[in-house]
Amino acid sequence: MTNQIEIHKHRHLKYLRTEILPTAFCPGCGCGTILNIFVNVIDEMGIDPNDLIAVTGIGCSSWIPSPYLAVDTLHTTHGRAIAFATGVKVMKPEKHVVVIAGDGDLSGIGGNHLIHAARRNIDLKVFLVNNFIYGMTGGQVSPTTPKDTETTTTPYGNSEQPFKITELVAAAGANYAARWTTYHIFKLKKAMKEAIEKKGFSFIEIISQCPTSYGRRIGQKEGIDQLMHFKQNTIDVKNKDKYSEEGLENKIVVGKFVERNRPEFVEGLRKTNLKFAGNNVLV
Amino acid sequence: MSSDYLNSLSGKTLFVQGDEAAAYGALFAGCNFFAGYPITPASEVAELMARELPKNGGYYIQMEDEIASMGAIVGAAWSGAKSMTATSGPGFSLMQENIGYACMTETPCVIVNVQRSGPSTGQATKGAQGDMIQARWGTHGDHEIIALSPNSTQESFELMIESFNLSEKYRTPVIFLTDGEIGHIREKLVFPEPDKVFIQQRRISENKVDIFGGERIPPMIEFGQGHKIHVTGSTHKSNGMRDVSTQSVHDTLIRRIYEKIDLNRDDIVKYGTNFTDDMDYLVISYGASSRPALGAVHNLRNQGIKIGMLRLITIWPFANKITKELCSKVKKVFVPEMNLGQMSREIERFTSNPVVKISKIGGVSHTIDEIVNEIKKNVV
Repeated sequence: MTNQIEIHKHRHLKYLRTEILPTAFCPGCGCGTILNIFVNVIDEMGIDPNDLIAVTGIGCSSWIPSPYLAVDTLHTTHGRAIAFATGVKVMKPEKHVVVIAGDGDLSGIGGNHLIHAARRNIDLKVFLVNNFIYGMTGGQVSPTTPKDTETTTTPYGNSEQPFKITELVAAAGANYAARWTTYHIFKLKKAMKEAIEKKGFSFIEIISQCPTSYGRRIGQKEGIDQLMHFKQNTIDVKNKDKYSEEGLENKIVVGKFVERNRPEFVEGLRKTNLKFAGNNVLV
Repeated sequence: MSSDYLNSLSGKTLFVQGDEAAAYGALFAGCNFFAGYPITPASEVAELMARELPKNGGYYIQMEDEIASMGAIVGAAWSGAKSMTATSGPGFSLMQENIGYACMTETPCVIVNVQRSGPSTGQATKGAQGDMIQARWGTHGDHEIIALSPNSTQESFELMIESFNLSEKYRTPVIFLTDGEIGHIREKLVFPEPDKVFIQQRRISENKVDIFGGERIPPMIEFGQGHKIHVTGSTHKSNGMRDVSTQSVHDTLIRRIYEKIDLNRDDIVKYGTNFTDDMDYLVISYGASSRPALGAVHNLRNQGIKIGMLRLITIWPFANKITKELCSKVKKVFVPEMNLGQMSREIERFTSNPVVKISKIGGVSHTIDEIVNEIKKNVV
């Protein structure tokens, strides 16, 4: 009981749907860390939760905002969060529209929406939680699972190459693309602020741990083991050129991959409409 | 009240395609968001919306596929838009999962399906009526759906307005289930005075209330009103919060979503009849095939055969009451349709009299003679 009273005093609880706590995340999961960082970000940036709309897909990472974050929430079908969010942003350009979902959701089944949204450079804030696995369904290989890894659907080792998602999004046209891990909490926090401040498509790939469906199968049994792995195997993107392609193979390249100011999609759409709509503006 | 744009069209007559008339209907209904993907024979809807929607203050966006289009119109609807998309068979197949999402989240929106010959790519440029059952049962799980089929350019305009009105009244996706023939036929379209067109307004609660229960058709709260709503395709309680493990929560939700349409059938269902007061035989048809069907009925009447006609305008929910009543008055029922027998199966559920399919596929409509000959073979 004492514990509960202390919890209810926390200044960030106003951002959460407290009636649903504690979260359903497994012990050692990275999702709670990401929720914590995001809440700190909106608190420090002074963002009114009423100005925030969260759109999510299917999978553990989609549960970070839905149901825990107390904002308008659209929990959509698998892989389609960005498509739904596009409709939201066109109609509500004054709101922060944030998509949080996993690697399977956003880069597997929803990969097409991800690259097209980046190409349009629509002002969405997309945080892709990459835990290298389909966790909710029990540990099947995902588009980001490293080569040769044994998963429940690659029992003899993964014969595919993983996606380099941040590089893909940067190449597709996003105004902001970065990769961090749940070990780099302060750098991730700073990156989230930059992503929110930047107009246009902002993307952060957050490498995260899944001890239940991934870590324990690759010899990193506890969440902390995976975090230590992130700590010891990351390379700053600024130093990337010092390594050969082979040397980078088992490393996690972190940092800001792109930051630029290409024109934003909805702003352009609205400008065009103003030219033709005259007195007929419905919205 | 109406926009300058709509007033500029008031009373005008155009010579346009059914697809274009449907798009104008959407504009009159207040549609202000369109997301779509090009596909024959529905592209004219998108093209007209792309050209005209900005003039009326709305937004046209072209998405990367039909899955995204359907997602975008649901997102837009929760953000205050009256939204729609337009597609044909292959795209309609892709939309099914998110149509189910719209049913589950009770999202008002309109999906135009200009049916073409299938399955798969089929005869891409040719019309058909092959998606009648898919419109009803295409998405997984128990649900009801509203679908309307026009049979002229003018009716395409009118039924689009009706589609938007029903989607708002019943808080549900509505399928505008036209076909390639009606979509591409070029006929006269007369615009009404915009202020005289009935527009069903969305019911929105200013206060924080349950928007997924409490009453059979609950009001909506939109994003940005400050009530922190939670919208999910998972089974949810009346306050929107996920509960996927309690049997009664699922039962209550799904039965309500089903019943809000099923129990309002009399309000929703529209049909037309000819010569049904005095008949021995009945023709039931809809959309493109209802045109030669009516021609055949006139022709057979002239030959002294007492035959009547029921035209289904509302396809789903099915017009079971009038079908049952009229079928009981006759010896045989004939169903001309551009498929191998889809609505005829539904009609069979409501009569013990013989139901004769008059199927035509291959991207060509029935001729009057074909229907006349088929019926005469069966009435001797």
